[in-house]
Amino acid sequence: MIYFDKVSKVYSDKSVALSDVTFGVKPKEFVSIVGHSGAGKTTLLRMILAEEKPTNGSVFFQSVNIHSLHKRQIVYMRRKIGAIFQDFKLLPNKTAFENIAFAMEAAGRPDEDIQADVPHVLQLVDLGDKMGKFPHEMSGGEKQRVAIARAIVNQPDVIIADEPTGNLDPVNTYEIVQILKKINDLGTTIILTTHNKGVIDSLGRRVITMENGKIVRDDHEGRYVL
Amino acid sequence: MKKNMLWTKIKRVLRAGFINFWRNGFVSLSSILVVFVTLFTIGSVMILLATLETSLVQIKQKVDINVDLVQTASEDDIQVLKKSLEDLPEVKKVTYVSRDERLVQFKKQNENDQLILQSLQELGDNPLGAVLNIEAKDPSQYESIAKFLRSDSVLSKDDKSIVARDNFNRTEVAINRLVQIIDTVQKIGFGLSIILALISIIIAFNTIRLTIYISREEITIMKLVGASNRHIRWPFVVSGTLYGFFAAVLVLAIFYPMTYWLSPYSVKLVGGFDVFAFYLQNFSQFFLIIFGSGIALGAFSSYLAVRRYLSV
Repeated sequence: MIYFDKVSKVYSDKSVALSDVTFGVKPKEFVSIVGHSGAGKTTLLRMILAEEKPTNGSVFFQSVNIHSLHKRQIVYMRRKIGAIFQDFKLLPNKTAFENIAFAMEAAGRPDEDIQADVPHVLQLVDLGDKMGKFPHEMSGGEKQRVAIARAIVNQPDVIIADEPTGNLDPVNTYEIVQILKKINDLGTTIILTTHNKGVIDSLGRRVITMENGKIVRDDHEGRYVL
Repeated sequence: MKKNMLWTKIKRVLRAGFINFWRNGFVSLSSILVVFVTLFTIGSVMILLATLETSLVQIKQKVDINVDLVQTASEDDIQVLKKSLEDLPEVKKVTYVSRDERLVQFKKQNENDQLILQSLQELGDNPLGAVLNIEAKDPSQYESIAKFLRSDSVLSKDDKSIVARDNFNRTEVAINRLVQIIDTVQKIGFGLSIILALISIIIAFNTIRLTIYISREEITIMKLVGASNRHIRWPFVVSGTLYGFFAAVLVLAIFYPMTYWLSPYSVKLVGGFDVFAFYLQNFSQFFLIIFGSGIALGAFSSYLAVRRYLSV
């Protein structure tokens, strides 16, 4: 489903973010990528979203080289990927409902679908009563749950989550991980980056360990080893 | 079905634009204020130029040549001269004041001066000659008119000029200076107005760009969620249009009491030019220009500003 083929990323000041990274992700997998800050985890995810281009190598999404896509095609590709970020990236002037509705509008879904699906997906993340709240009126955990609802509402093929629990306390962290697990169980591929040992150990799924832009371990049912 | 979706999209863009405008109240308010200042400047420039134009026309009208005719000039000769003057392309108007009319005017002007009236009576005869008053279409044309008056073409049948004297030489210097001043004032006024309008347009343009700079993070998020450029851009254009719209409404509304208040001063200063009447008579023009530039400014600067942040 997603395949990194000998991908390297060198920034202009010669700092190497990724060097010769090769790995694949199968449909319905739940892959965690761990490593210290600056190991290259975020760069990996940004490449899947076509936010960044590799210096060398190629990234494939559903057998298509992402970075050979035209800008217009990138828009369509992004609609198949749900993205979750450490800093939530909610639209500050829109309510929880509108934030999720925006993603549906962007995908060209009709109004009836929006009216039906948004409350449903908010129920799913247990925020049925916070539909009309603005991001600044919600806690970190609630914001991240809105972000997850936004990421899944268009039924994407894959969800990438960049340190989604980085700003959250243990209770909220646990809840977010449970939600992600549930989404994965329903058949969506998930790629997660984190440096939270507890999260990795409680998941018991595939773990890719990175160090200085290189993959140093790739374990099925891995544990956090660093 | 496809048509339906287009309408849905338009509806969404409009709604998002209105919501942005409303929820970013403070930003919207400051944008409206800046566009307001720009439109106010443009409107004021329109009024100023019109005032200038009117006062210059009036000053030009005050310039004329008086041609004193000899007392013996016959009515026929005078009419011929008047006709030939009127036929000149430079001449706008020739007014004939006969000897009798001049005497009546003269008596009226000096009705309190017994000495003058007495000497007139003693003279018995009318000592005044008739006068032709000539207005040119443009002050710079008096010189050629004066030349014409001194040429042979104004001779009467017996080859004698009926023109006693004209006052062109006396007023020539003044006329020349006036022509220069009018010319300069017009050029400077026009240039200054354009510069002023341009400066305020640039300021408004940049303010709107700044309001969108504030939203650049949001634009990035929208891109990452999979929104197309159009879906992101047009709500901003709608908000920008609203800035222009409300600023234009404000300007047109404020010009009403403002010109009303200024009207007596303008009538006094620029003989007979009523700003208020001018505003009301040309309201449709004001409406079009103010609304047009307001909306164009808001929409266009938003459109351009968003483009910068769409390249994620």
